[in-house]
Amino acid sequence: MKKIISTAIFSLFFLIDVKGQEPIKIGSKLFTESVILGEVSSQLLEANGINTEYYKQLGGTRILWNALLEAEIDVYPEYTGTIIQEILQEEGIRTIETLNEMLKPFGVQATQPLGFNNTYALGMNSEVAEGLGLDSISDLVNHPELVFGFSNEFIDRNDGWKRLRQMYNLTPNSVTGLDHDLAYRGLEAQIIDVIDLYSTDAEIDYYGLKVLKDDLNFFPEYNAVFLYRTDLFERSPKVIPILKSLEGLISEAEMVAMNAAVKLDGNSDAIVAAEFLNKSFNVSSEVIEETIWDRLLKNTWGHLYLVGISLGLAIIIAIPLGIAASKLQKIESMIIGFVGILQTIPSLALLVFMIPLLGIGSVPAMAALFLYSLLPIVRNTHAGIKNIPEPMMESAYALGLPNSVILKKIELPIAFPTILAGIKTSAVINVGTATLGALIGAGGYGQPILTGIRLDSTALILEGAIPAAILALLVQGFFDLVEKRLTS
Amino acid sequence: MDRVFYWYMLHYAMISVQNISKKYDEKEVLKGITLEIPKSKTVSLIGPSGCGKSTLLRIIMGLIPRDSGTVLIDGKELKDSNKLELRRRMGYVVQKGGLFPHLTAKENISLVTHYLEWEKAKINSRIEELLRLVRIDPVLLSKKPGNISGGQAQRISLMRALMLDPDIILLDEPLGSIDPLVRHELQSDLKEIFKTLNKTVLLVTHDLGEAAYLGDEIVLMREGEVAQQGAIHQILQNPASEFVQKFVSAQRSPLEGIK
Ligand SMILES: Nc1ncnc2c1ncn2[C@@H]1O[C@H](COP(=O)(O)OP(=O)(O)OP(=O)(O)O)[C@@H](O)[C@H]1O
Ligand SMILES: [Mg+2]
Repeated sequence: MKKIISTAIFSLFFLIDVKGQEPIKIGSKLFTESVILGEVSSQLLEANGINTEYYKQLGGTRILWNALLEAEIDVYPEYTGTIIQEILQEEGIRTIETLNEMLKPFGVQATQPLGFNNTYALGMNSEVAEGLGLDSISDLVNHPELVFGFSNEFIDRNDGWKRLRQMYNLTPNSVTGLDHDLAYRGLEAQIIDVIDLYSTDAEIDYYGLKVLKDDLNFFPEYNAVFLYRTDLFERSPKVIPILKSLEGLISEAEMVAMNAAVKLDGNSDAIVAAEFLNKSFNVSSEVIEETIWDRLLKNTWGHLYLVGISLGLAIIIAIPLGIAASKLQKIESMIIGFVGILQTIPSLALLVFMIPLLGIGSVPAMAALFLYSLLPIVRNTHAGIKNIPEPMMESAYALGLPNSVILKKIELPIAFPTILAGIKTSAVINVGTATLGALIGAGGYGQPILTGIRLDSTALILEGAIPAAILALLVQGFFDLVEKRLTS
Repeated sequence: MDRVFYWYMLHYAMISVQNISKKYDEKEVLKGITLEIPKSKTVSLIGPSGCGKSTLLRIIMGLIPRDSGTVLIDGKELKDSNKLELRRRMGYVVQKGGLFPHLTAKENISLVTHYLEWEKAKINSRIEELLRLVRIDPVLLSKKPGNISGGQAQRISLMRALMLDPDIILLDEPLGSIDPLVRHELQSDLKEIFKTLNKTVLLVTHDLGEAAYLGDEIVLMREGEVAQQGAIHQILQNPASEFVQKFVSAQRSPLEGIK
């Protein structure tokens, strides 16, 4: 007994201790450049003896900004243009100082630019550009014969093609909308001559493109910075100077090369970031390369963890709810309606709604999966009990048994196959939906799928999709087996 | 003194239904019905479809609420507070589908005794006793209702109803969906059983022949009211109304088929 108490007290101190040096949590968005920058900051902090936790490829601006505000993450890479237009919805902020003035009320600050500007630009095949002597966008005015191929987003955006053509007075004979990845191929095949691109796209190097100078400064600046929470000043004052040591250090060419090393040459984000740090700071950080089996094992555990807990909780809550709905006419339609509405919320939206409530990681993902799993079980429990034939129920009550005994010995056992079918439906939906959990850093089979989408790697997508499908089949098979057992 | 006691025993109402009314939505199913079922008598309840026979049985069991009126079971008023206890003094058999499909016949029969925490030996000896009474093959006990024929299922249902040795047995068309040959056999057996047990029996049937064969008395109902109560010969000889007259002559004999 004494031993148990002392162990308990010891663990309590241990917990408190751990809380004292909580790791610095870093996030990144769903595209390669952001993931690399996150790696760079995380590895640099680690090399300086600061414990970090890296939630990579979490999602879009909304998810990361909210996670930062909720202190779910402490740092993430962002672009000045995005902060001004999407987050603050302002215009005409010119300096980081004014930007930081506006970010102050949020408890957030930005570092100075890291050294590159990832904005829209126009690009051409460099031989064609040289042949025509083109260097800047203004030079295009005299060449209306060139074929323009733009991404649909660029054509539609207010600050895209519409205003660009006004400002530069461009009157090309032909403008087509097409997919961004196809645009590079079209350019290579010389079907189109001018495309829009991001100035740090890996493909610029690969295809040897000429980026035309924005000589009238039309495109807003998308300087990469780190956003961080100001409470880091008190919580971990060493962090900010280390982040700031990256300011001005990453040139456009360097970022393009890093993007290419990951996207085109298939190196891992971590290794590319480590090489950069090695070169720039002479720090060597240890990168453990996971094998496919390590990842598979980790993702399987992650997935089972999400599904197991959310489904388990759903069963515990949904069966009593279903029973209540079948017994209490007053709240019957309320319960069924409520869980029905939950089901109509798109899963992605539900995940995003969870962030302000529960943050990021596996807890909000489990909460969302839990809510999703309720309906089939509640509905089937309710139907299973309500559909018991009248003569059977009448005979049960006529025996003079109390309601609780009738529920336990008669109604639930008779409804059990129906309830089980509901649990099966929930489980199978749950296994599939849990892959979305990776969007808010919950791990599981969604992790390789997201990375695969980002890197355009079918192999990685399959690394998540195939086990997820197999797991769904196993779950289905397991319940089919139990069902068979019951009916035989 | 002895004579009075004897008279009392003969006429003591085991079930007394007083002024019961029941409405479903706007439809008046029972219209202030009053009825007494004497102790140790078998009474057949008969009447056109929808006249309220099943509703009356359900109200006597306390399975559905009544709008007004009183039910006395062995002199005790049926209330929410004592309905479980009183139900255990009444056995109830429905037309079909009353057995619980997930339990074996034996589990069906002994469910309530398990709840009352009877000892195993007591349960088994009671089942033995009833097996002989209702004359069924013990092999059936381990089967589930899905694998038991309709006639045998009704015997099992009767066993279940008799398990606690109730004073009263209520049967709602117990032979209503049994084919004629088996029904004939079951009618004889039921008559035998009722005679052996000497309990108060209220039995709903559609068939005047069956009502007369099994019942010491017949209650003929019409649209939520009692049209006539009495022995079969009284009803045949002195029909209380044109309706009773019509009802009793509406039965067809097979002989009519011979031209
Ligand atoms: N739960 C209910 N809700 C509404 N109406 C009902 C309900 N139960 C019975 N009724 C109606 O009450 C009337 C009497 O029904 P009941 O079952 O008592 O008749 P019955 O004499 O047993 O008929 P049958 O010989 O066909 O079994 C019928 O008109 C029936 O439609
Ligand atoms: Mg009926």
